Amino acid sequence: MNSMRLFRWLLIGEWRKHIGQALVTLLAIAIGVAMGFSIHLLNSAAFNEFSAASKSLSGQSDLLVRAKTTLMDEAIYPQLAAFEGVAVANPVLELDVAIPGKQHNRNDYKLKVIGIDMFRAAQIAPDLLGLPEEGKVMDRLADDTIFLSPAAMTWLAVKEGDHLPLQAGLQQLTLRVAGGLVRARSGQRIAVMDIGAAQWRLQHLGKLSRVELKLKDGLNHEVFKSKLSKFLGESYTIVELENQETRVANMSRAYRVNLNMLALVALFTGSFLVFSTQALSVSRRRSQFALLRVLGFARHQLLWQVVIEGIVLGVLGSLLGVLLGYVIAITVIEFFGGSLGSSFFPGIKPEIYYDAVAAWVFFAVGLTVTLLGSLVPALEAARAKPALALKSGNQNAIMKKLAIPWFAVACLFLAGILTQLPALNGLPVFGYLAIALLLIGGIALMPYWTTWFFAFISNVTKRSGINVVEFLSLARLTNAPNQASIALGGILASFSLMVAMAIMVTSFRVSVDQWLERVLPADLYVRTAAVGDQGGFDLTTQQAIAALPVFSQADFFRAQQVLFDSNRPEVMLFARPIDRSDPRNTLPINSDGHEVISLDSLAENTMPIWVSEAMVDLYDYQVGKHVVLPIGDESHDFKVVGVWRDYGRQFGAVQMQLDDYQRITGDTSVNTVALWLQSAVSQEQAIEALRQLPFGTELEISRSSDLRTISLEIFDRSFAVTYLLELVAVIIGLSGVAASFSAQMLTRMKEFGMLRHIGMKKREILMMLAAEGGLLTGLGILFGFLLGWGISLILIFIVNPQSFHWTMQIHFPLSWLLIMATLMIATAAGTALLAGRRAISGHVIQTVREDW
Amino acid sequence: MSPNMLELRNISKGYAPGKRLLDHLTYTLKAGEYVAVMGESGVGKSTLLNLIAGLDTPDSGEVLINGTAISSMSDDAATQLRRELFGFIFQAFHILPHLTLHQNVALPLLLNGQSLQRVEEMLDQVGLQGRGRDFPHQLSGGELQRVAIARALIHRPKLILADEPTGNLDPDTAQEILELIRTEIKSNGASAIIVTHSHMAAATADRILNLSKDGLHPMST
Repeated sequence: MNSMRLFRWLLIGEWRKHIGQALVTLLAIAIGVAMGFSIHLLNSAAFNEFSAASKSLSGQSDLLVRAKTTLMDEAIYPQLAAFEGVAVANPVLELDVAIPGKQHNRNDYKLKVIGIDMFRAAQIAPDLLGLPEEGKVMDRLADDTIFLSPAAMTWLAVKEGDHLPLQAGLQQLTLRVAGGLVRARSGQRIAVMDIGAAQWRLQHLGKLSRVELKLKDGLNHEVFKSKLSKFLGESYTIVELENQETRVANMSRAYRVNLNMLALVALFTGSFLVFSTQALSVSRRRSQFALLRVLGFARHQLLWQVVIEGIVLGVLGSLLGVLLGYVIAITVIEFFGGSLGSSFFPGIKPEIYYDAVAAWVFFAVGLTVTLLGSLVPALEAARAKPALALKSGNQNAIMKKLAIPWFAVACLFLAGILTQLPALNGLPVFGYLAIALLLIGGIALMPYWTTWFFAFISNVTKRSGINVVEFLSLARLTNAPNQASIALGGILASFSLMVAMAIMVTSFRVSVDQWLERVLPADLYVRTAAVGDQGGFDLTTQQAIAALPVFSQADFFRAQQVLFDSNRPEVMLFARPIDRSDPRNTLPINSDGHEVISLDSLAENTMPIWVSEAMVDLYDYQVGKHVVLPIGDESHDFKVVGVWRDYGRQFGAVQMQLDDYQRITGDTSVNTVALWLQSAVSQEQAIEALRQLPFGTELEISRSSDLRTISLEIFDRSFAVTYLLELVAVIIGLSGVAASFSAQMLTRMKEFGMLRHIGMKKREILMMLAAEGGLLTGLGILFGFLLGWGISLILIFIVNPQSFHWTMQIHFPLSWLLIMATLMIATAAGTALLAGRRAISGHVIQTVREDW
Repeated sequence: MSPNMLELRNISKGYAPGKRLLDHLTYTLKAGEYVAVMGESGVGKSTLLNLIAGLDTPDSGEVLINGTAISSMSDDAATQLRRELFGFIFQAFHILPHLTLHQNVALPLLLNGQSLQRVEEMLDQVGLQGRGRDFPHQLSGGELQRVAIARALIHRPKLILADEPTGNLDPDTAQEILELIRTEIKSNGASAIIVTHSHMAAATADRILNLSKDGLHPMST
């Protein structure tokens, strides 16, 4: 009981005296936990809602049958309905249809329209049934009606009875809103119409997206699947509901994991803050602890005293962090939606649910990080010999035990090994571990770097004469490197990660910009409001555009999605004219580490394809490999002749010659036209000429410069959250410097008192402190650049390719980094100055008379 | 130059309204004089040293150093005067742990912009020859006080203020240190005021003064 009382007294006494430091530590933990937890909640909410919304469209079906290309012939439906073991077969046509007037928002202008057979759907997906006005049941089968979910009605600003215009290719059609749906998820924007009406009105006669199968009870699914697979042949895929879930999960998994990792950076930085404040607090109380030991406080009691301080801080900080994270998540979802600037979760409105398990996990992580930060100083306090510790003295010698060179070298060595390992289950786990080890190793080496660096500076300045301020600053930094390094830990961690992120994002952005220049070489791009994968331009409209005298060249593109693996999202297939003499004139070919096969060397009937880097990683489409692709109604042989860089699609894309595509499919329609202007023609004149065409008003015309701008805006929006998280980490890092400096000031009060006695002016002491803060942060920044550069190499060459399957070239945002470095040095020097001003403003003179 | 190193003119200092520690105190210390100040705890010995050093200001009266009123100087000017004319020796040594002995002793020279040539010689004088590269944690208490003495005298100050310089030392070491202080003060021609409770320490001074409520008076031996 008495020992508990003593614990309490010591704890409360310490915090009462240094409440500021305790609060900074507590807040750092809270913010770190809050960032991680809120990002987790937001990602989970968006993913779960998106997944649930996707599942709700398939109702209670057991299996889905899809073509490997996006659409299939409806002739398969009666065969499936009659297949042995099938209880119900439900044909579905699912199309994304453009809404006139919404095209200004390039990522969000389409409505998901689902065509269903009301009688079949009633048995498998009853939620999708329309709810017509009373007495108008036949509206469900009418060819001019559409049923909308509540979210769709809100988005489109229509109500029951209104007319809704839709854009199908070059034609506009109007449907009557006949009512709502039996049930739709909150925020889910979908529309339902009769399947026959949808095929006709949306120009997809005879086509289906999928057939959902409900099997008879007691049937062995595996045996059934095997039989059906044999029956259907290679052009079809049978998808189980769990494949569907995996596919949805795979779409955003790398993004979610990367964002979660980034969110944990704040916590990681916070752990250094905990460590530095605890270590310095122990150092400051060294003689107090020694006295307690002399008075009979046992070694283990002292250990627990410091550990319990950490535990209390960890518990309070983590609790606050979990609460704060929940509030942040709710606020963000209310005002910004759940996508966090990415485009992975369109057309949904997720809601945050309190995830108790995740809350416990983040609480535990916060507490563990705090404990780890407290443990080393606690052990040090317990190990100190009371007799030595009572003597006023050398705090740096205590810290010296914390600097273990072999540990630092082992971390760096292990990090090097981990960079050579492949992705684990599609995630760059070893890459992240390598980053963590690089940081830990780098920070552990700081004392040695500090000594070496400042000794070097001292020697250089000695020759050129030195004043007392410079002398004292350099002497302290050279001879007490461990204390200095403690202050630097947090700032080094956050700054190096910021440098790494800045280099990675800049490299990515510059690469994307250069890539956009390559993939958007024309002056104008014209497309129609395509429905699904349908090519919007037929031969007549293509000829009409090509014949316009304002254009010197017109290239036609056909794009459609192909399902290669039911566990993964679809691959995009592009058919376009590719320069036969040198494909690099058309495609952003990546020849780094990839062979490029000349088209002249191909056998006469070999069709070439160029695959994106993701295809090499995900499907092993190596250059020279012969592959079979399901294009058109049949599968065809192709040879991979090159790899191109694609920052648009992380799940793979394939490019082929347009004439090859048209020859094997007979499909002459295209989705997009790239147009080059005649030299004397302005873009406005060309656009006017296009508008004069009979179908001109239905065209969606974009300038390549606008497309580039929009693409880069989307890029910046996607990375906005990463900048925010980095900023939080840097603020925590700077708080760490402030807390460390404040703590060090307290341990140095007697030093200041003595210096004032022997004639050092207040101004000179403050200059000395500012110089120490500035020099120390300067070194931290210098070292942070080096570490950050190393980490950026891991991010660029390991994490990104393993997560998103694309490579990039490295670029340095030098001016931005210099601005940040200057700001940080100024902030750190200012912080040291402020802390110092406070330290010498009081009765600093009296401190020389205190024993302790 | 004034023949008086220090003049206290009618100085008063209180720590709370109506509670005076020093009351109309007047005293003159001649150049080259070495005095010890004794007195009960709480009588204001340390306050007196602070006032003399310009680290604190009297409520009334004047403190003159070498004829210059330090008590009415700005903080910067007082600091400048302290840096040039004063040397300090503390009970708790106050040697900077992150500086070598050489660097610690050199501090006043650096502050005064003087050459560091004398540092090793000074260390030799206080019996720490060849130890300039050592750090304070390698030293005993007596050795640390030797460093403090070297630091106090290195820039040839005119007035040494020592506050319980042997308070943390054993009798033998204290005796050695007191002899060293006297020798060094005399060989440098400095004046000195040593505040102490120790009769042994006080006995090394030219004169012993007693500080009490009645003022500063010679102590009867």
